[in-house]
Amino acid sequence: MTQLDSATRGTGAAPPRPGTSPAAVKRVRLFGPVHWTKFWICGGAALALLLGTWWTLVALQLVNPFFLPAPASVWSGGIEMWRSGQLTTDTLASVQRITVGFLISTAIALPIGLFMGTIAWVEASLEPIIDFIRYMPAVAFVPLTIVWFGVGEGQKYSIIFIGTFFQQVLMVMDNVKRTPREYLQVGETLGLSSTKLLQRIVLPASAPAIWDTIRITLGWAWTWLVVAELVAAPDGLGQRIMVSQRYFDTDRIFFLIMLIGVIGLVLDQFLKFIGKRLFPWASAEGV
Amino acid sequence: MSGAEARILDVTKTYRTRKRTVEALAPITLTLKPDEFTTIIGTSGCGKSTLLHIVAGLEQPSGGRVEIKGTPVVGPGRDRGMVFQSYTLFPWLDVQANVEFALRDTPLSKKERSDRAREYLDLVGIADFGTAMPAQLSGGMRQRVAIARALSYRPSVLLMDEPFGALDAQTRQEMQELLLQVWEAHRLNVLFVTHDIDEAIFLSDRIIMLTGRPGRVKLDVRPQIPRPRTVDVLTSPEMMTQKAELLTALREESQHRWRPQ
Repeated sequence: MTQLDSATRGTGAAPPRPGTSPAAVKRVRLFGPVHWTKFWICGGAALALLLGTWWTLVALQLVNPFFLPAPASVWSGGIEMWRSGQLTTDTLASVQRITVGFLISTAIALPIGLFMGTIAWVEASLEPIIDFIRYMPAVAFVPLTIVWFGVGEGQKYSIIFIGTFFQQVLMVMDNVKRTPREYLQVGETLGLSSTKLLQRIVLPASAPAIWDTIRITLGWAWTWLVVAELVAAPDGLGQRIMVSQRYFDTDRIFFLIMLIGVIGLVLDQFLKFIGKRLFPWASAEGV
Repeated sequence: MSGAEARILDVTKTYRTRKRTVEALAPITLTLKPDEFTTIIGTSGCGKSTLLHIVAGLEQPSGGRVEIKGTPVVGPGRDRGMVFQSYTLFPWLDVQANVEFALRDTPLSKKERSDRAREYLDLVGIADFGTAMPAQLSGGMRQRVAIARALSYRPSVLLMDEPFGALDAQTRQEMQELLLQVWEAHRLNVLFVTHDIDEAIFLSDRIIMLTGRPGRVKLDVRPQIPRPRTVDVLTSPEMMTQKAELLTALREESQHRWRPQ
């Protein structure tokens, strides 16, 4: 902790005398590099601190366990749900919903975003509408989607779609627009048609950024999934949270919320890993 | 590979925005011989790059036309190759694939394409770097690949827009020599844009200086320096005489530009 800036110290300046204020010589270096071991140590320590505080608060009976259950009872609450098979059913139901809803949204957003980013009149026609809808809260659509689709799976997909699609389109459009103009000019001087420019230059050039968009929006889609399930669903992690609230099972609620967090984290890391494999050139230095 | 004649006929360019109209190029007429190395120089903003882009077909002239071998230019085409100032290699392709990119859609077989790419990488002296990714290459190396890519499909006119502008002085000198070697072996019509007088004299058969905005031809000279040229040319009396003439002309232009109105 105290070595943050040891590397930059010492050229020309007199060494700090013992007894002088350390604040005068030690400074936090902005944008400085961090070794990965230090990175994990810091991350681990912060997590341990959080868990430790939680555990202490409960152990010292500073809070009512009804509001903040002990880590152990959260864990056993989860184990109970898992033993009964409920947890697996709910997780699978949620994963299935998010997969379908997110895939529908992505499959439509990709081509539309691509054309909006490259063809001016497509952008001009669609951007105002999409921007407008984007600012409408997806939650507000829940009652409407129930009227439209009932309380079945279609309604869940539609909420995920409404929450994800409009953001995705604009982000993909932006990704595509960042294709360096010079790359296109190279393609043009080689005599490529617009279709081939799209296939051979625009798509590969923007693919890594689009992949990141998919990764980021998938995180958001989880929010809409839970929103959809909280309202009306026979199963799913969001629904289980609602049921647990009804029975005042705060420990289960904690477990489920954290489980959603863990699934999101694992999925994100997985996609990041795949992205690095697919586009090794994008993470290389320089370009 | 052989060069073709390029004719620039009364080409003008005017940019109109809502607020004002900028006349970038006054009518310019030039005939570029099939086997000549022509350089356009001028102060920044004189429209030299614009002129090059018009010849490339990447920009449309406001008036006049460009003809390559008698055929009017309507857009970019494979009779012209272009090397840009910025690094334009595709970062997702390795060096070999970057050159082969230019050969797709040709009647060449896969093997012929890869042979051809290797031939041109060899020509620019980086045959061993076929599997390297652009991000691993220095600026000079990237421009070598860009030159190989632009020549690989055998255009008859090579357009170069300050291709060495981003390189350090030493690499720049190396690249100029390399370019001369390549050009002396192939003798095609090169139109080169730069603001560096030394570079212009060292490389060119003919130097065209444009005036400040709107650009028109101020000087059209042929440095009488025998080929093949080596670095020694840089300090020769002919070079100095030529440089003095160009510098004077260029200084006139920049003074003219900054004179209060």
